[in-house]
Amino acid sequence: MSTTVSQIDEVKTTPWSGGRSPFNVEYGKVMMWFFLLSDAFTFSSLLISYGSLRFSASVWPAADKVFQSVPGLLDSGAPLVFVGIMTFILILSSVTMVLAVEAGHRNAKKEVIGWMIATVIGGFLFLGCQALEWAHLHHEGFWWGSTPPLEELGKFFHEGGTEAARHMTAQEFANLFFTITGFHGFHVFTGVIINIIITVNVLLGTYEKRGSYLMIEKVGLYWHFVDLVWVFVFTFFYLV
Amino acid sequence: MSAESQEVHHEEGEHQTMTKGRIIKVAVILSAITAVEFIIALLLVPKGIIPIQYANPVYIVLTLFKAFYIVAYFMHLKFEKMGLALAIIVPILFIIGLILVLTNESYHWVNLRG
Repeated sequence: MSTTVSQIDEVKTTPWSGGRSPFNVEYGKVMMWFFLLSDAFTFSSLLISYGSLRFSASVWPAADKVFQSVPGLLDSGAPLVFVGIMTFILILSSVTMVLAVEAGHRNAKKEVIGWMIATVIGGFLFLGCQALEWAHLHHEGFWWGSTPPLEELGKFFHEGGTEAARHMTAQEFANLFFTITGFHGFHVFTGVIINIIITVNVLLGTYEKRGSYLMIEKVGLYWHFVDLVWVFVFTFFYLV
Repeated sequence: MSAESQEVHHEEGEHQTMTKGRIIKVAVILSAITAVEFIIALLLVPKGIIPIQYANPVYIVLTLFKAFYIVAYFMHLKFEKMGLALAIIVPILFIIGLILVLTNESYHWVNLRG
């Protein structure tokens, strides 16, 4: 990109007259935004499919009855406690990520490393919690294409509905739960891997040499998006 | 890579950005909204203080607030140029159309199933 302009070109200085990004954002960051936009559509399709299936059913497994356990501590009687811990872990790791971005603005290498490592640890904690949650549900009989035995299904519902309807919606719930939290968990996993790569690059001094920590902002966008999706997954699977 | 660093300095000159104080403030807001959701789900609904059909819209509104704070502050969209913000937000509005179409469909299904 040439920094010298001829006299005739200097007349046009509006953002859209060319020669520079009209959004005033570096190319890679714009592309990350557009990738996240497409990813938002993917997650929306999944969540809206879930919503329409659930809304068209007369009964649906009750969240406070399905999610009752704190793995390793309680087998039942603690509705939503474990997912609460997971939610706070993800919010906190988003905060450490934005603190890494802030440290990057000041070119403070040591602080960036510290906050990035905290973010990676938060990501691993979340994935560990999700693995426990999946293992617990699988142990109870939920999986893609399988539900707990018919006679045990009653404890996952509030009241109403025929046995056939309960069996059908329990299956729909299991398929959607594992698909959507699985797709989200896959995003968390790739996010953690990308964060590790970026942390190694910071350690090697790649961005110090480059003179800017803009790469931290780009992975930060991805990581915040993962948190953003979880906010919706949490509401629609665990609260509503 | 010189183009990249040039762009960054340009950006810092024009924009206000996230300070540590603001980060903590947004983090507290997000945690507080989540805590309110838990209080509704674990205390107010089981004790019958709020019926579930009123709690659900409250959850959705609180979720949209959280989404706003994450996108606007953590993802920095509030401090970007209006053009970029519109390029991201306007396409998202199409999702509302899909929600309306499919909830209407489900509404008829639930009546057919009885």
